[in-house]
Amino acid sequence: MADKLHVSLVTPEKELFSGDVDQVIAPGTEGEFGVLVNHAPFMTTLAEGAVVILDGDKRRVFNVRGGFADVNASGMTILAEHAEEYVETVH
Amino acid sequence: MASLKDMRNQIASVKATQKITKAMQMVAAAKLKRAQDAAENARPYAARMAAVIANLAKGVSGDGAPVLLGGNGSTQNHLVIVSTSDRGLCGGFNSQIVRAARDYINGLIADGKGVKIITVGRKGNDQLKRQYADRIIATFDMSAHKVLTLDAVQPIADAAVAEFNDGRADVVTLFYSRFKSVISQVPTPKQLIPAQIDAVEEPSTGSDAVYQYEPSEEEILETLLPRNLTVQILSSLLENTAGFYAAQMSAMDNATRNAGEMIKAMNLKYNRKRQAQITTELIEIIAGAEAI
Repeated sequence: MADKLHVSLVTPEKELFSGDVDQVIAPGTEGEFGVLVNHAPFMTTLAEGAVVILDGDKRRVFNVRGGFADVNASGMTILAEHAEEYVETVH
Repeated sequence: MASLKDMRNQIASVKATQKITKAMQMVAAAKLKRAQDAAENARPYAARMAAVIANLAKGVSGDGAPVLLGGNGSTQNHLVIVSTSDRGLCGGFNSQIVRAARDYINGLIADGKGVKIITVGRKGNDQLKRQYADRIIATFDMSAHKVLTLDAVQPIADAAVAEFNDGRADVVTLFYSRFKSVISQVPTPKQLIPAQIDAVEEPSTGSDAVYQYEPSEEEILETLLPRNLTVQILSSLLENTAGFYAAQMSAMDNATRNAGEMIKAMNLKYNRKRQAQITTELIEIIAGAEAI
């Protein structure tokens, strides 16, 4: 899958999400950032906030606290100390 | 000589014990499954963490490396964290860990090094305080936490880092039981500080690629290393828990089997005695009848 970004969101308890998606938006300590496929190698610590995973018209939101993100050629890895899926209410 | 009634009571009591050990075995089996899952689930996180740190460490090796990674150049004072279970009835599980730790500690003392001990789990503390009461600086009891989480083990990591930062310890080693399989747990030392970086080469990351760091490489490593320590402790403790239930399960399995053998032997003895008694009574009756 060359045109998709492989992302995995892991906490010490379990792997919360793993799959190929279009885009991930994550809260870095120095500002929110979006990652698309073929992003340059990048690493940052994470602030408290929401990680949004976008795939087609699907959208999943995870609240994370503490951790860091690592983006390299093989994909994106988010290591969060605490994370849980945020279930959005229908507007 | 025990009477028939005494023997009956004895058999009943062994049977009751067997029921208890059997129940404990089944409880341990159920908990083992859960503990194993927890240990397994923690593995990807620890593995990724190690990979990331290994990646980072390549860039900052040398004099600029943080002390948690590179050490402070001394190996004079050692801090040994011994992790055992809080409860017993698990065969030689705790004794094995304690023995491994004790050998290591005695070796260090013989070399004239300073040794301090932190115990995690009540059983290890009980066994070690006989010999090293003055060396134990802290004891953590994990039985209050139903599920081990990062928050639960954070105090242990904090204590270790504080000892290190204050210069009271140069090398920190954790003793725990590696969960090799259900029937085999291996007491294993794991060096926490300076961090041991396994040379895990992530495939096809293109190691030549220039990483962009936010904030700087050093700062990330600075926050990552203490976290890594906590994660390492957590994953070790989770493996320990799984190992404990496995050991308890096989210990209770043995106990159940032994009780079964004991009941068999006692039943045999009881029946023989009963038959002998019946025979004696018959002889008495026949002898009485003949006398008339």
